[in-house]
Amino acid sequence: MIELDKVSYGYGGMALFSQLSLTLAPGSYQYLTGTYGAGKPTLLRLCYADLHAKAGHVRLFGQNTTQLDRDGVAFARRRIGVVHQDCQFLDHLSVAENIALPLTVANRAHEAAANLPELLSWVGLGPQAGQLPPQLSGGERQRAALARAVIMSPDVIIADEPTGNVDWEMSQRLLTLLVELNRMGKAVLIATHDLHMIRSLKSDLNAHVLRLKDGQLTEAGAAL
Amino acid sequence: MKAILALIVGDPQADRAVPPTGITARLTVFAAAAMAFLAVIAIALSLSAGRVAERWADELAQSATLRLPADPTQADALLLSALEVLQTTPGVARARALSDDEQHALLEPWFGPDLPLETLPIPQLIEVIADDEGYDSAGLQARLTAQVPGAVLDDHRNWRAPLLAASTRLRMIGWIAVLLIWAVIAAVITLAAQAALSANAQVIRVLRLVGARDVYIARAFVRRFTLRAAFGATGGVVLGLLVMQLIPQDAGTLGLMTDIGFRGAGWLWPAVIPVLAAIVAFVATRAAAFARLKEQT
Repeated sequence: MIELDKVSYGYGGMALFSQLSLTLAPGSYQYLTGTYGAGKPTLLRLCYADLHAKAGHVRLFGQNTTQLDRDGVAFARRRIGVVHQDCQFLDHLSVAENIALPLTVANRAHEAAANLPELLSWVGLGPQAGQLPPQLSGGERQRAALARAVIMSPDVIIADEPTGNVDWEMSQRLLTLLVELNRMGKAVLIATHDLHMIRSLKSDLNAHVLRLKDGQLTEAGAAL
Repeated sequence: MKAILALIVGDPQADRAVPPTGITARLTVFAAAAMAFLAVIAIALSLSAGRVAERWADELAQSATLRLPADPTQADALLLSALEVLQTTPGVARARALSDDEQHALLEPWFGPDLPLETLPIPQLIEVIADDEGYDSAGLQARLTAQVPGAVLDDHRNWRAPLLAASTRLRMIGWIAVLLIWAVIAAVITLAAQAALSANAQVIRVLRLVGARDVYIARAFVRRFTLRAAFGATGGVVLGLLVMQLIPQDAGTLGLMTDIGFRGAGWLWPAVIPVLAAIVAFVATRAAAFARLKEQT
């Protein structure tokens, strides 16, 4: 569904990746690890065409991103749920409205009535549904961001440290949601430093652990 | 029509996605109101200047003045000869000697009301009115010179030419002012739209992240600015029309002030100004929005 083929990217003339390839196939579940500064957020942004590769090809659902116009990118993003580390929201809309935003912009707002209450309950934000995002804690913001990413039942879920600010119990709950979506055939890519999270689910899933180091992507061994 | 209705009714969901920005809203409404007010005044003055100049030119083109020599001993004979020449001239509809009272009224602004007209050698004036065909001014002057020595025909040509030139220039200046006003409206609204877009950079980023198309994001801004411009311009037009009612209506017989305003089809202009303001705002905001959105990934 998403394919990075010999992609290169860098900032200010400094190469961050070179000839890097990655495929997010239907039903795949992959963790992306690496040290700070290795370029995990950049790699994730390339996956949803928020950045354009300096060299190589990025294909979203079979289409090369260089051939996609802006509407094409927008339509592709409706099939990709993204959880940013900084969890940005529209601060003047309620938490419920923010979570339903992907449906709203796709003119499918009527579908929110069916899915939203259950989703809010699953991520433990039922009581906060009417609050504004600035009133939420860090963990609540992450849960809201994850709920927003999955409400459209996207084909691909890309998350950057989705459980960084939540307690263990809630992190397991959120991961269970991702696992369930993965079992439905969705591709999942999670950037994380949390080895406990990786270990807790790796055995239950056919999960691959990718390590980004020195501009190269390698698959980690069983030592994890 | 469907697109206009969609613009007016709007998409409440899309509108809510972009928060209202107070300063740009007020700036747009104020700028549109001020520019519409100036446009009303400029258009009214331009139309009025044209009407006044045309009326003067028409009146002067239809009439001429024949001045007879101020010779009390031959006054009646000269008058009869002049009238005879005029009555036999093709193109002259009528000719009439001005009475002493009329001549007195003409001189009063310069010499005051107590002028002893009967004691002064005042030239007799004859008003000559041309018919639609007009007469040969040079030929008439030649005949008058032969039969009424010293008679001078003034067909007001020296007055008419500058009036027509002034009228043309006034109208041109008026329309240039109107064009500048529209350019300023477009510039101010573009700046306000860009400010709003900059202030909402995070909103745009989030909307793009969740799959919003540019047209969806732009629509919220465009609709908002279009309606604000139309609303502000309507207020400016109403204010302009009210101010024009304050202009004195009896400020003399020259028609300088009495004719300021809109007449007949000219009343379409005040109605059109808010629509034009909305169109300018629509085009300016749409262009600014799409240009700014393209700058973002």
